[in-house]
Amino acid sequence: MNNEKLLEVKDLHVSVGDKEILNGVNLEIGTNETHVLMGPNGTGKSTLGYAICGNPSYSVTGGDIIFDGESIVDMAVNERAKKGIFLSFQNPLEVPGVTLSAFIRSALEQKTGKRMKLWDFKKKLKETMELLSMDESYAERDLNVGFSGGEKKKAEILQLLMLEPKLAILDETDSGLDVDAVRTVSNGIKIFKERCEGSLLIITHSTKILEALTVDTTHIMENGIIVKEGDASLVEEVNATGFQELEI
Amino acid sequence: MEEKTYVDDIDRSIYDIKDVEDDDFRMQEGLTEEIIKKLSDEKDDPEWMREFRLESLKIYNELKVPDWGPSIEGLDMDHIATYVRPKSNMENTWENVPQDIKETFERLGIPQAERKSLAGVGAQYDSELVYHNVKDEVAEQGVIYTDMESAMKGEYADMVKEYFMKLVTPRDHKFAALHGAVWSGGSFVYVPKNTDVSIPLQSYFRLNAKGAGQFEHTLIIVDEGANLHFIEGCSAPKYNVANLHAGCVELYVKKNAKLRYSTIENWSKNMYNLNTKRAVVEEGGAVEWVSGSFGSHVGYLYPMSVLKGDNSRMEFTGVTFAGNGQNLDTGAKVVHIGKNTSSYMNTRSISKSGGISTFRSSVVVQKSATGAKSAVSCESLMLDSDSRSDTIPAMDIRTKDANIGHEAKIGSISDDAVFYLMSRGMSEEDARALIVSGFADNVSKELPLEYAVEMNNLIRLEMKGSIG
Repeated sequence: MNNEKLLEVKDLHVSVGDKEILNGVNLEIGTNETHVLMGPNGTGKSTLGYAICGNPSYSVTGGDIIFDGESIVDMAVNERAKKGIFLSFQNPLEVPGVTLSAFIRSALEQKTGKRMKLWDFKKKLKETMELLSMDESYAERDLNVGFSGGEKKKAEILQLLMLEPKLAILDETDSGLDVDAVRTVSNGIKIFKERCEGSLLIITHSTKILEALTVDTTHIMENGIIVKEGDASLVEEVNATGFQELEI
Repeated sequence: MEEKTYVDDIDRSIYDIKDVEDDDFRMQEGLTEEIIKKLSDEKDDPEWMREFRLESLKIYNELKVPDWGPSIEGLDMDHIATYVRPKSNMENTWENVPQDIKETFERLGIPQAERKSLAGVGAQYDSELVYHNVKDEVAEQGVIYTDMESAMKGEYADMVKEYFMKLVTPRDHKFAALHGAVWSGGSFVYVPKNTDVSIPLQSYFRLNAKGAGQFEHTLIIVDEGANLHFIEGCSAPKYNVANLHAGCVELYVKKNAKLRYSTIENWSKNMYNLNTKRAVVEEGGAVEWVSGSFGSHVGYLYPMSVLKGDNSRMEFTGVTFAGNGQNLDTGAKVVHIGKNTSSYMNTRSISKSGGISTFRSSVVVQKSATGAKSAVSCESLMLDSDSRSDTIPAMDIRTKDANIGHEAKIGSISDDAVFYLMSRGMSEEDARALIVSGFADNVSKELPLEYAVEMNNLIRLEMKGSIG
């Protein structure tokens, strides 16, 4: 701990349409830290992820988000991505017309401003896909089109490992995955931490995805605010007793 | 909107560069018997063609302008030069083509594509072909690929006379009659029996002259058991007066033969594109149309397939992109005559910035066509609320056992998909362009790689400056 601050969410208020979903969220994440965000369904966990990424449907009505020392609330989604924020989507969208491989290469080019040599790129992509037990053929298939739920999630982690962001927000990346797939994904996240010394904000309901990781801080969200913070043991506590029994 | 115009002007540049008009001959504007006779003189037509032109002119004067589609009021035939001959003979090496014309085709990538991936190329500049060449190995197979003028006078004169405007007759509609009267240029292809032309042939039509018309005629005969892929490309620089394109394509697909006809049309946005395309397919034969329509101010384009022989089939795959100031009325027609014939149409239309895109399909199953199958699927994407998209299907089924399907979808770009792509660093413009390209991938998947790339570039270009 005591690492340099990477992300500071300060008294953040976020609305969708007329409805306020986040009512003053405070959260800090340091470099190379792993944070877990838990809470009952519909309390605003995904909203926080979207707001940090800059989804234009989620308007920030108060507070601030500081990333790498700079306020990002007025920044477009793609600018935030270039600064090093990555969101692994709960439901990755299907985009026909672009292959997974071409998409990652183009995203890398956007980020670095350089076009990676095709051979180097292919080599790195192949190695990374092997780490995630992904069949090579997925690289040349249209982005997420006809992928199973598990393959979509793996494709998200593949993008994470290829793009090497500073902060990765994983929105229920483990949901709907079988045991083996969760292990593979968890392992992929561990590799991300080791390689990039990146920070993580993991939104989850289960502990399986955390098995390969060391959790620094756990946040519990209810009704649009963080109601409790603790260390890794808080995850266990929630799983043992549920949110209602927590002493807030 | 200021911004958009600016970007458009920059990016259309390769299509928009106008060559200085240095014609060998430019016909006076308008349409009279004298002008048609003069055209026949200039082209040294055989007698039957002189008569054919004059007869077509008569029919033209009798027929009414179509009143069921986009307005063509801006088109005044008295101000269209029907024949503009470039200062060049038809050459078979690019070295001999005049420098400025050669450079135009180089900018469009034609000689490069010829070296890489084509079996033969024809290039028309205004009213006449300036280049025609076919690779030796294809010529050795007995494949004939030449300009219409040479074909009409040479060894294949009888064949041309037998087939010319028999499938699309001047009586068909007013602009078919116009074509019959003033046609010039185009390509003639004959593929002998059981000959498989494994790499495509391409004709490219470039209209440079301001206020002129282009009326090329493409006649393709694929003999029994033969196979051909023909690609047609078209473009023109933009002028502030109307230009007209009224070409005609006649495709004869014989028993068990197969023809794929691909088009990427990128006329400038002052063009009236009133083009007629038709195929007749004999027993067991197949015609596949792949069609990308991007340019033109007004377009009427409905390639038609006549499934005459038993077990013949057609497929039509198309995409139409109508932007600001464009009214594109496109679609496909099929007539089932033979038994167990099948047709499949799969189209996408995109409209943006007030563009109007209309898809018309016509499926006719005649009494003789027992066991016919037909499926039509069209999807529309409207990029904003100023734009318009219509689907007008027509069906006339005269059998009891026909298997007919029709499916239409309409939608807009999903904000979630844009957000997803942007969250990986892509700009909004690129994200939207990518989604639109993906929407049109039914066509790009069917095109040879270079053309798929060109098509995606065209989409990107149309999408430029469309944000905000």
